[in-house]
Amino acid sequence: MASQATFAAQAMEHMGSLYGAALRMTRNPADAEDLLQETYLKAYRSFATFQEGTNLKAWLYRILTNTFINSYRAKKRRPEQTDVEDVEDLYLYHRLGGLEAAAAGRSAEEEVLDSFTDDEVKQALEALPEQFRIAVLLADVEGFSYKEIAEMTDVPIGTVMSRLHRGRRALQKTLFDFGMERGLVGER
Amino acid sequence: MDETAHHKCAVAVERLYHFLDHELDDASAADVQRHLDDCLPCLEAFDFELSLRVMIACKCRDQVPEMVWIRIWKAIQGEGGPEEGNGGMLPSE
Repeated sequence: MASQATFAAQAMEHMGSLYGAALRMTRNPADAEDLLQETYLKAYRSFATFQEGTNLKAWLYRILTNTFINSYRAKKRRPEQTDVEDVEDLYLYHRLGGLEAAAAGRSAEEEVLDSFTDDEVKQALEALPEQFRIAVLLADVEGFSYKEIAEMTDVPIGTVMSRLHRGRRALQKTLFDFGMERGLVGER
Repeated sequence: MDETAHHKCAVAVERLYHFLDHELDDASAADVQRHLDDCLPCLEAFDFELSLRVMIACKCRDQVPEMVWIRIWKAIQGEGGPEEGNGGMLPSE
């Protein structure tokens, strides 16, 4: 068993990615800081239950996600939207396909991707309803497996897959809408 | 495009996310890879989805403000945590 003193050295290293996740979950810096602190205190107190050799980052994310779902959901003032608009597979790719003919050639789609700002991408992710947002965040930003996400969010793997699938497509729709607003992409 | 080819593309796209997530079994992943080797439109679509994912991950990074870092470090110390000063863990000025 690891000592509590080694906890700091190991766990503090993950704070950067946990902070980003806390920001995406809570959608405001003050709540994100509180969530992060609560997560670290809980982790510190229960560090004895962490099995050395297993994935510390995943363990910390599990505490973060649980804490968010259990304490922050209760605090919420406005009702959470629970569904997303359903769009087809490859939504963004197909919409951007028109650019190819327009002028710039093969890499036109990739150029559009590059042109999105950090703020736009964060906003698009934060616009997803909670359950979709958490699934996409854990998979696409943090790279966790379906099984790990199922454990963190306490739902069956099939539910994770469906949230991811629909959340990713909805995210593409939002990014496309942002692109339209900025005149990056045109309506086909 | 004939009916069979069209069907193969549909099957590949259906497996797109599982493939990119490395959540397909070896045989199914090999099937998808074989299709991508033969089908340029699907390969381009898969490449785009991968680029999109990399872009999202890269653009969703945040720096922890130093004050937050210090606040949490102190909170842990308040728990009777690591006694040996800051253990060299505080971010440098």
